[in-house]
Amino acid sequence: MTAYLKLDHIDKIFTRGNATTEVLKDINLTIEKGQYVSIIGHSGCGKSTLLNIIAGLTTASTGGVLLENREVNSPGPDRAVVFQNHSLLPWLTVYENVRLGVDKVFAKTKTRAERDAWVMHNLNLVQMAHARDKRPSEISGGMKQRVGIARALAMEPKVLLLDEPFGALDALTRAHLQDSVMALHQKLGNTILMITHDVDEAVLLSDRIVMMTNGPSARIGEVLEVPLARPRKRLELATNTTYLKCRQRVLEFLYERHRFVEAA
Amino acid sequence: MNMPATKIEVETATPAATAAPVVAMTPKRAPRSEAYARMAREAAVRVVPPLVVIALLMLVWELVCRRAGSALPPPSKVFKDTKELIVDPFFDHGGIDKGLFWHLSASLQRVALGYSLSAIAGIALGVLVGQSVWAMRGLDPLFQVLRTIPPLAWLPLSLAAFRDGQPSAIFVIFITSVWPIIINTAVGIRNIPQDYRNVAAVVQLNPLEFFAKIMIPAAAPYIFTGLRIGIGLSWLAIVAAEMLIGGVGIGFFIWDAWNSSHISEIILALFYVGIIGFVLDRLIAGLGKVVTRGTAIS
Repeated sequence: MTAYLKLDHIDKIFTRGNATTEVLKDINLTIEKGQYVSIIGHSGCGKSTLLNIIAGLTTASTGGVLLENREVNSPGPDRAVVFQNHSLLPWLTVYENVRLGVDKVFAKTKTRAERDAWVMHNLNLVQMAHARDKRPSEISGGMKQRVGIARALAMEPKVLLLDEPFGALDALTRAHLQDSVMALHQKLGNTILMITHDVDEAVLLSDRIVMMTNGPSARIGEVLEVPLARPRKRLELATNTTYLKCRQRVLEFLYERHRFVEAA
Repeated sequence: MNMPATKIEVETATPAATAAPVVAMTPKRAPRSEAYARMAREAAVRVVPPLVVIALLMLVWELVCRRAGSALPPPSKVFKDTKELIVDPFFDHGGIDKGLFWHLSASLQRVALGYSLSAIAGIALGVLVGQSVWAMRGLDPLFQVLRTIPPLAWLPLSLAAFRDGQPSAIFVIFITSVWPIIINTAVGIRNIPQDYRNVAAVVQLNPLEFFAKIMIPAAAPYIFTGLRIGIGLSWLAIVAAEMLIGGVGIGFFIWDAWNSSHISEIILALFYVGIIGFVLDRLIAGLGKVVTRGTAIS
């Protein structure tokens, strides 16, 4: 297995005054190019912190992140993030939101016309080209998230980081968007790391599922390979024994061995 | 259970589909006169009530001040006394004997200069205080004390410093209106959501781009609140400052009218001061609306 993205002995300790909390302990993970990996765990287990460390938005206390054997410790477009709450800039149109990143990343390598075409290409990928001149407040939650995905894709990231991308959406929109992400992954072959707390979503989308124990000092409890052929069809999988077995395995991990304990 | 539920769905879906184009057609076919009538009605709803109230107040004022020996003139007398000033605001007999237009324009020029300076300095300082924790700790206590000093208390000091009326008045405008701009800008900058900062970090905007593309638009609604309070305060301060420094200006015009017992002229000037203050406030509010269009949190 060739490591494309490598998390090397990552610890994260938060210090506030005299109190220190160890959030993450000794996280080791290697991800191959083109893989879709999900990180699942109960809320508060530090999975978002882990994603922020990979994105470079926070720094690890010890250990580091290697992308193609080069250490990365500051944010950059090679690890574009799709944020949970879309984080589109409300004063820019859909087009301008995507263009902001494109202008920065391809400032030297693409001409104006090429950048314009590239923005439209990415909006087309997520089927949002029709709303190019709308502002985020004028489109629905699912549409906003699509634009968020287009913005991240347009930066041509080496790794696409998804931070609970479907968390704030209703079930139908979520399923629709999951299918879109699956199709995009199939088409573009991106390396994707997704944070989620939804078992079905994890099994449906991922090649591997990383299960995290409860915090504090959360570790990687188990890594599950999902040996399902792609393209995957939601309806067919509902009765697929491999799918059900994988699902069962994750559920057991989350609800038997590492049941969520309410923090006092 | 299932059957009736699906049936209802089908029934509601069909009429909606056919109803939609009809709804879209109606405004096009509506006669133009009807639209004008509606606009007129809307305008009337807004304009008539204040007109009625003003008319009633005028009537009361007329009745109260009509008696012989009353200290203040009734509206009819105010109009009669100031007719010349109203009809010809542009005369210039040299010195300070000028039409109201010249007085108002002198005041507005001072406000424009002082306010522009305070907008620039206020936004710059506000960004500094909002962005840097140390700047806030160092400067905020100072601001909180200085902003409570009444505008006119600065005037003697600025006269001593500048030795001239004109820059002193401008300084008073500046020092009066700068505080709300600083404080509101700082709050706006401090309230920029972490999400926007993360986006900027991932895209790798440099500090200058971050300032122009994220910070200013994100803080714009707060900045305009500050600017709007600021313009109101500078118009308040100018009248008071001009009473003391003399020369041309609506403040001095009022003071001069009082010294020559032209009470009607004072009332006319107050009317103008109020209208212009209102217009200035609307102007900044309108500008803010245009600039911050779409900036509201969604």
